[in-house]
Amino acid sequence: MNIGLGLPTTMAGVSGDLLVEWSRRADAGPFSSLGVLDRIAYQNYEPFTALAAASAVTARVRLATMIVIAPLRNTALLAKQAASVDALSGGRLTLGLAVGARGEDYQVANVDSRGRGRRFSEQLETIRDIWEEGKIGPTPKGPGPHLLVGGSSGEALARMARYGDGYMHGGGPPRAFAGAAAKALAAWSDLGRPGRPTLWGMGYFALGDGTAESGAAYLRHYYAFTGPFAEKIAAGNLTSPGAIVDFIRGYEDAGCDELMLFPTAPALDQIDRLAEVIH
Amino acid sequence: MRYAVIGGGPAGLYFALLAKKANPADEVLVAERNPPDATFGWGVVFSEETLGALRDADYQTYNEIAETFARWNAIDIYYRDTKIRSRGHVFTGISRKVLLNILQRRCQALGVRIDFEREVTDINEFASADLIIGADGINGLVRRTHAELFKPQIAIHPTKYVWFGSDLPLDAFTFIFRRNDHGLFQVHAYPFDARTCTFIVECPEDAWRRAGLASASEADSIAYCEDLFQPELRGRRLMSNRSLWMNFITLRQESWHRGNVVVLGDAAHTAHFSIGSGTKLAMEDSIALVDALRRHHDLDAALNDYEMERQPVVERFQEAALESSSYFEHVSRYAGFDPRQFAFNLLTRSRRITYVNLTQRDPELVRTVDSWFSAAATGSPDGAMRLSPPPMFAPFRIGEFTLPNRVAIAAGHDLDAAARAGAALVLTEFVSVTEDGRITLQTPVIDRSYQEVLRTAAERIHQSGSQVGLQLGHAGRRGSMRPRSDGVDRPLLRGGWRLIAPSPIAYTPRAALPREMVARDIDHIVKVFAASAQAAVSCAVDVLELNLAHGYLLASFISPLTNHRSDEYGGTLENRMRFPLQVVDAVRSAYPRPLMLRISASDWILGGVELDEAVEIARLLKAHGADLIHPVMGQTVWESRADYRRLFGVPASDRIRNEAGIPTLASGYVSTSDDVNTILAAGRADLCLLDL
Repeated sequence: MNIGLGLPTTMAGVSGDLLVEWSRRADAGPFSSLGVLDRIAYQNYEPFTALAAASAVTARVRLATMIVIAPLRNTALLAKQAASVDALSGGRLTLGLAVGARGEDYQVANVDSRGRGRRFSEQLETIRDIWEEGKIGPTPKGPGPHLLVGGSSGEALARMARYGDGYMHGGGPPRAFAGAAAKALAAWSDLGRPGRPTLWGMGYFALGDGTAESGAAYLRHYYAFTGPFAEKIAAGNLTSPGAIVDFIRGYEDAGCDELMLFPTAPALDQIDRLAEVIH
Repeated sequence: MRYAVIGGGPAGLYFALLAKKANPADEVLVAERNPPDATFGWGVVFSEETLGALRDADYQTYNEIAETFARWNAIDIYYRDTKIRSRGHVFTGISRKVLLNILQRRCQALGVRIDFEREVTDINEFASADLIIGADGINGLVRRTHAELFKPQIAIHPTKYVWFGSDLPLDAFTFIFRRNDHGLFQVHAYPFDARTCTFIVECPEDAWRRAGLASASEADSIAYCEDLFQPELRGRRLMSNRSLWMNFITLRQESWHRGNVVVLGDAAHTAHFSIGSGTKLAMEDSIALVDALRRHHDLDAALNDYEMERQPVVERFQEAALESSSYFEHVSRYAGFDPRQFAFNLLTRSRRITYVNLTQRDPELVRTVDSWFSAAATGSPDGAMRLSPPPMFAPFRIGEFTLPNRVAIAAGHDLDAAARAGAALVLTEFVSVTEDGRITLQTPVIDRSYQEVLRTAAERIHQSGSQVGLQLGHAGRRGSMRPRSDGVDRPLLRGGWRLIAPSPIAYTPRAALPREMVARDIDHIVKVFAASAQAAVSCAVDVLELNLAHGYLLASFISPLTNHRSDEYGGTLENRMRFPLQVVDAVRSAYPRPLMLRISASDWILGGVELDEAVEIARLLKAHGADLIHPVMGQTVWESRADYRRLFGVPASDRIRNEAGIPTLASGYVSTSDDVNTILAAGRADLCLLDL
């Protein structure tokens, strides 16, 4: 199982310089990918823009959106942005897409959230067509960026199996990932796709004195839209080396291919601290 | 801290005593609406695991409980004049009244204040408390006060049940099934001391009405049930204690706490009585809540921790309880089962116990089931075999054909590799009856060259001891697509072909619009299916499977979502089935060997085919000569409410097999031999498609 590192694009006060330095160090570290989150109505950097910046200072790591809320975006432009980041980075993009979970993002983007699942299915198909047809460039080499789909409903899993290369899970304990992964494999087999889907998982961490509290506070704020569930997410923050090791082992046992660990403390020392744990 | 507990049942009292014990300086008040010894219900059941938790939480009450409880390790199943005993299931029961008295005494000794006969009408009566604990049951005040925040989901179960006591001495958890003119009645009975047992009677609502129980008094209900279960009661009495017929209610809530209010036990969640876990879950909640309060200084963090620890556990029990209740609601489906299979099915109903678990608990019973299964499979005299393979390796016979075991696998492109897997039946990929019936350019057509491939493969498959199943179909509106390695249902941009369907509705927004079939097309397709079936015979195919599922041509006639015709091929089920049945008839007369039909047992969307109708469809197909049904789910339309829960295809297989009375192949990501053995031994299918 590969371990990826999240970019702190959603935390208050993170400068462009920090993101660039973060990317540089991740590329030099034991991480296989750099990940970004997406929302609109929040103080965060737009994911493709952030990955484009990261691409300029990295040569090795994959660049992953985990996930981008597809129905908020124009499909042709989304396909073009993704293809551009992929081309700029020499084919290192893993595009994770989903419908997202926040009504507010739909409101501010002036997009109707009703029927978003169906529209998302159409988008997935269109994006693949655009990449393959070459009318809208840059035309990717081969079939295009690695396309993963997130979401927990049966519809989302069917969509993943129909149009995706694999599944992106939204976070939680290994047991939750294992349940979702089994469903992803079942959907893949049921729709008659050959081979097996790639499975990505994610978690949050904070290492070092005082970061547990600030990390939990950040997660409570970031997930405030989930109501009382935000507390559970905050409580799931991995705040000790032992917790991270257990978490990694749990995900590996559950068949995860790539586990992305997102920071909840936006300081560069987090990279070395995590690198030390996973070595 | 000042705790106000509303409700003095096991959950409330146990919380109170544990909280007080943890910190004697805290003030703990319990408000209970009833007097001290007015208790309703009879006995409660605990597992070994729960007893361990009770022992660790408070040794003193554990000791007192242990002194009075009844302990047993058997489950007795009375069914069709036989009694089957299964051992190795350890249970403990205690009188609810004795339990409450023990807890009350311990509370009072520790200094918990209990206000009996105090009816709380507003939780603001406890405004000065630091934490208000709602332990007041499913209809309790606390839960109702915060319903908007807790977001309850309430499911009312269809059967009627009543909670009696009896002086019948039992030494086992006892299930009794009895059919009379009114319907099928079942009893869930378990002892709670040497002399007394809980005796729950459950039946479908229509049986309950026919029996006149809707208007019966308590005494009349008792008389009716005493008469009905007279052989098992052996002259003992049923006793009432506010014993009214009810429908069980499953309660789930998104959240169990808000601010300084928290719920536990039945006020937080319920799980059907047939897995006997209500009091167990309630007391475990109390332990978890007190632990969380000890671990955290911050109340909010403690309550979150409590919820996070308990919700996944409770959800697992609720899932198992739903499987269990659903079994009892439909148990008449299994009325024709041999008692051994009936018992295995009952014991594995909640899916928590599988073939392997049951083998650990009761190897003798599983051996008996294996032996019966194997004897029935080979046509040997019952009881002839002492040493038998597990059901997965018992042969399966259809007419003169015998499959050496019960496993089928899907071969994909590589028939040779599949032949080496050891499965009895190697099923080919979808093979089209015509060029324009292909799904993709890679879909084989049963032309001369494919027949040659098939003939050679069949020979090799036969040599390895397996048999070959040919899956024939016509893609209909799902045709002319790109290879599935690039995604599914993505239409070909170039080099596509024209599609046909019952009605001109495209499969996806981008897919080509199919042409509506006319009489000539129908005749033609019937003929090519018949010709393909003849070709299958010449290729030494053993089992022919027609694909009437997943939105392909034949399926799209069956579903009202995709068949909008107004002629004799559309409208009623009889009309929608007309063309598929013409194909089945033509194939049946051309193909003398076993014929399997793959159908979509549910379209997974409102307005489509659902399980009830699928049972009807299976009956029709059986009447037209089908030997086996292979139910699958969904894909009738592009976007549907798919549900990929574990073993998602098995419920359909179970219903069709046992309601339409036809053998089935279960599929849907069946991935372990334990699953296969459980499904087969429980009679939920005759064969399994294993996803390796």
